[in-house]
Amino acid sequence: MTWGLELASVRFGTRTALDRVTLVAAPATVSIVVGGDGAGKSTLLRALVGLVGLSSGASRRPPKSEIGYIPATAGLYVDLTVEENLAFSGGAYDVTGQEYAHRSSELLERIGLADARDRLGGQLSGGMQRKLAVAMALLHRPALLVLDEPTTGVDPVSRSELWRLISAAAATGTAVLATTTYVSEAHRASTVTLLDQGRSIATGAPSEIVGAVPGKLGVVRSAAQPRGPSWRRGTTWRLWSPSGVLPEGTEPVRPDFEDAVIIACLADERGG
Amino acid sequence: MAVLAETRRVTKRFGTFTAVDAVDLAVASGEVVGLLGSNGAGKTTLIRLLLGLLRPAGGDALLFGALPSMSTRRRVGYVPQTLGLYDDMTVLENWSFTAAAFGSARPVLPESIRDSKDELVGRLPLGLQRRVAFALAFSHEPELLVLDEPTSGVGPLSRARLWQDIRESTEHGTGVLVTTHNMEEAEQCDRLVVMVDGRVAADGAVADVIGSATVVQVTCDDWRKAFAALEEEGLIVQVQSDALRVPGSPGQVEEILARHSLPATVATVPANLEEAFVSVVTKGTHR
Repeated sequence: MTWGLELASVRFGTRTALDRVTLVAAPATVSIVVGGDGAGKSTLLRALVGLVGLSSGASRRPPKSEIGYIPATAGLYVDLTVEENLAFSGGAYDVTGQEYAHRSSELLERIGLADARDRLGGQLSGGMQRKLAVAMALLHRPALLVLDEPTTGVDPVSRSELWRLISAAAATGTAVLATTTYVSEAHRASTVTLLDQGRSIATGAPSEIVGAVPGKLGVVRSAAQPRGPSWRRGTTWRLWSPSGVLPEGTEPVRPDFEDAVIIACLADERGG
Repeated sequence: MAVLAETRRVTKRFGTFTAVDAVDLAVASGEVVGLLGSNGAGKTTLIRLLLGLLRPAGGDALLFGALPSMSTRRRVGYVPQTLGLYDDMTVLENWSFTAAAFGSARPVLPESIRDSKDELVGRLPLGLQRRVAFALAFSHEPELLVLDEPTSGVGPLSRARLWQDIRESTEHGTGVLVTTHNMEEAEQCDRLVVMVDGRVAADGAVADVIGSATVVQVTCDDWRKAFAALEEEGLIVQVQSDALRVPGSPGQVEEILARHSLPATVATVPANLEEAFVSVVTKGTHR
């Protein structure tokens, strides 16, 4: 069964937080939504898991008992120990007895907290807290795992450990949908949706998004900003020509995923 | 290029804990230096030593060739991760307050934030708040900028535009020290310094930090089975959209996959910055 949103819109009063977004979260895959603060990422996830109602469109999701969801700000109880946090999650999802003992040990081993069962959630580092939160959301082997910015503020080593945990869930068949503000993380997904002001402005496999870049991209090595849509990459400029004609002296370059994302944003800004 | 900020074997201890251990760092005029490291590696302590907010237990921290003081700190612009703006004041009020604090007379708001001058800062989208914080930090024309996770939380286009502002300042000779966990941001820097457990574990341009590091890339029909087989053997596997990436030797990976009867293409490919960073940190941990 494939989960997702179809032409889903969410309005808060007169403000449209999510505007006709279509998105798929298939079993055994990782899908990632990339966008900045205020792009509508959290609203999208909340709409998918049923925490916010749709103004129009449809949401396909498994029953609540088969969803694992971590909001951006929380996901664990700081006043409970590591073990109590997991046990609470077990109680909520009816994972008890032998099954709980086995599953909680497996997950604690995996996140490196097997010897820290008695530590308070609040005493863990930020990265460890996120790993525990993901473990809590995975305890009941959900069909759909929904993670709101699981790696924001997490250092790169903890981040790669978190992604291993998330990939392992996908490898056992879970459909994973996560949000991020880091473009470089989108490479970890089989499908990426780029969200801006509540709208999906590009979607597909990272290679498809790169392949769909219209026009031509060039490198300009000058201090002054070139005329036309351009942005900095290190000490050089990237210049995008939607029509495919680059000015003389511009060195053509194949866009990478980061370029493709910026071009999608620029194209949307020009169109909008 | 003139060196603006420098530490020479600077050391800081908190009780018996050595947070910064004999670190050499230099930021010159016109360059962007990225300071990378896991949480607790000593990045913030090093910055606080440079700004004179902490006293070293050994070695020296110098700002513009002198010990940090009120007068040298005036020549520094700092944007903390939390931005340090007054949410319940307008953009213009924040601007005037900063100008007064630094004793600089710069009445003209930069064009990038002029349209929002009468809005309360707290009501602006985060990307614009960051531009205001940058404009404020640049307003007294600092010679050195210290930026903590400068584009955290902003979208791709806003991030590109903030980096445009940063680069514009370096072209006027400003030196920039950036701390970040974001690899796109790290790749924008001229030079990186990677800290592990209070020490410098690697430094140089992005290509120097990556060096000759490689990973094994696996493509196969059933990534799930390959992932499970490699993880079961204790390898650390990362999934990239259509491939698996594993540190280690291709021979070992091939042997495991063959034993599980999993046909796959195995190749050694250059590591990306994040993979190289993780490798440096993992090897460099000595605490």
